[in-house]
Amino acid sequence: MSDATPTLAESLKEVVHYRDLLYMLTWRDIKARYKQSMMGFFWALLMPLLIVGAGVLVRIVFLMSSGNHINFLDLASIALKSLPWAFFVSAIKFATNSLVGNVNLVTKIYFPREVLPLAAVLASLFDTAIASSLIIILLVFGKVGVTIHLLWAPVILGLIILFTAALALFLSCANLFFRDVKYLVDILLTFGIFFTPVFYEARTMGKWAPLLLLNPLGSLLEALNTTIIRHQGPSLPWLAYAASCAILGLFAAWRIFDRAEASFAESI
Amino acid sequence: MSEIALEFDRIWKKFKRGEIYDSLRDLIPAVTKGVFSNDDRELHEREFWALRDVSFQVRRGEAFAIIGANGAGKSTTLKLLSRILRPTRGRMTAHGRLSALIEVGAGFHLDLTGRENVYLNGCILGMKRQEIARKFDEIVEFAGMAEFIDTPVKRYSSGMYARLGFAVAAHVDPEILLIDEVLSVGDMQFQEKCLDRMRQVVKNGTTVIFVSHNLQAVQMLCSRTLCLKGGTVARIGPTAEVLNEYLCIPSASAGAFPTLIEDISLRGEDGPLKVNFATGEKAQLHLTIHPSEELEDCQLGLLVHRATDGLAVCDYNLPLSEVAPFTPFTSATSLLVHLSMNLLRGAYVVSVHIYHVPTARYIARAYRAVNFFVEETISWQGVAHLAPTVSRVLDDCHFAMSPVMKG
Repeated sequence: MSDATPTLAESLKEVVHYRDLLYMLTWRDIKARYKQSMMGFFWALLMPLLIVGAGVLVRIVFLMSSGNHINFLDLASIALKSLPWAFFVSAIKFATNSLVGNVNLVTKIYFPREVLPLAAVLASLFDTAIASSLIIILLVFGKVGVTIHLLWAPVILGLIILFTAALALFLSCANLFFRDVKYLVDILLTFGIFFTPVFYEARTMGKWAPLLLLNPLGSLLEALNTTIIRHQGPSLPWLAYAASCAILGLFAAWRIFDRAEASFAESI
Repeated sequence: MSEIALEFDRIWKKFKRGEIYDSLRDLIPAVTKGVFSNDDRELHEREFWALRDVSFQVRRGEAFAIIGANGAGKSTTLKLLSRILRPTRGRMTAHGRLSALIEVGAGFHLDLTGRENVYLNGCILGMKRQEIARKFDEIVEFAGMAEFIDTPVKRYSSGMYARLGFAVAAHVDPEILLIDEVLSVGDMQFQEKCLDRMRQVVKNGTTVIFVSHNLQAVQMLCSRTLCLKGGTVARIGPTAEVLNEYLCIPSASAGAFPTLIEDISLRGEDGPLKVNFATGEKAQLHLTIHPSEELEDCQLGLLVHRATDGLAVCDYNLPLSEVAPFTPFTSATSLLVHLSMNLLRGAYVVSVHIYHVPTARYIARAYRAVNFFVEETISWQGVAHLAPTVSRVLDDCHFAMSPVMKG
């Protein structure tokens, strides 16, 4: 062990070595979040379902005002895209605060710090997974249907998680040095829903659509919608673009995190 | 595996006083200033060296102590060793699984129960869940709080909190263990339990680095000691020697008296210099007086304090007239004081003075002149050894029972 910045492989190995800690911190985040609350895990369902509900409501209003029929598939599509968005929002929010919120651990005990933002992401994933089970039931009963394109879904969901983890690592460490980041993130997450094709589809923007897809999360949500609801293969160039953003982004964020880690304890 | 468990190679560590930039608004002017002014001073404004050129090695299986006054750099050293901080210059190398105990219960989550926190804290300290499950009962028993284990820790008293924290930490079983001042938790009995556990850890061959103000514990646990002073190495060597020097702060007032007391030393009964004594052992205090005037009607004052907490153990005034009733002290005279070390385990410091009875003033004083340690395994706590024996009163015969030697 030397005191130089570890290589990516070393750092990854160390996180794997501390996987039990990752598990315990995730579990702590889930458990502690709803301790001493009457409704407990119900809150985990409420937040994503509220976003789904809001999206569906907006959609219905749009369709009614333009005189169109209310189409179940439209609503299913909104519900489907809202959940990953809800996951993204909660994961980023918790992760941004994950280092600063654990001053005691950062200044007192050694362990790979990556574990903190990653646990925040996993805890949010767990919350969303509960809500997702409801959506899956909805999709099954709505007879959305199963095609070969459904096989893309796990890949796309995986990429969403990787992209979220990349941002989580970067933002948690940025927030440690500059508390402005927290406010910036709050603002961006609040208004981000308007700039991401969650409640609408990118193609409705016509020639401006690519602009929306430049946001990797936008192209990933679109791909999810295309494969599950519209039974088509995803747009491969955009998927490739989003995949490289997620994977390269994760590498870069991890590297930045490792470099900055040296001064965490004295800068927090 | 190499013989060296930990190595500190010419380590320097810089810190900054006061606030650092933690919002973007402050950063921009600072960065532009940095770009436009060609500033290559070693220390910038408000920066200071917390450690300067500190090197030491700790061998495998060794118990090593780090002592020093507040601000000497002990905690910084420990944080560097545990990789919480990284050195500004120099290299730190560690061979083996390392676990640091810098604050007990640092990872506790207040809303979780004791049981949940044992698992959480154990993982934070680097244990596996399986490992914790295996040791769980042992940990709870060590903390002595089986009945509260399913209560959220926010309802715990601070003593319970610390006890549970230490219990988890004491069961980590690393190859290298770093401990910072954690033995000061709980009541005396629990402290003894902690010390006992530490001794066991050392005996099992774990490399232990121990940072403490508790010199008694240092002396008991560690074979070698590093004394830091103002961020540099003041002394490094066998514990007894380093403690001896650390405790013997030369008295500032010594020069205020014309009469000098010199060559103060503590010896065993057979003559050689000695630092460690067993309870009840005979000792000799040697000293030489250089009188500036004739010493008449003087007393030799002998004070013994416990070094770790300043408790006055005894204060004797021995009339010098009895030593040489007919020859007045006019030239350098060597004296010998016979002592019986009826003391219990601890670090003690001896001060001597000469008191002139008719004028009620001190003629000479050597404050904290020499110190010594007592090692024993008879009693858990206390100062004096009263050599108790228990016997049962039967009609005519007595069955004597001596105290049993522990550990």
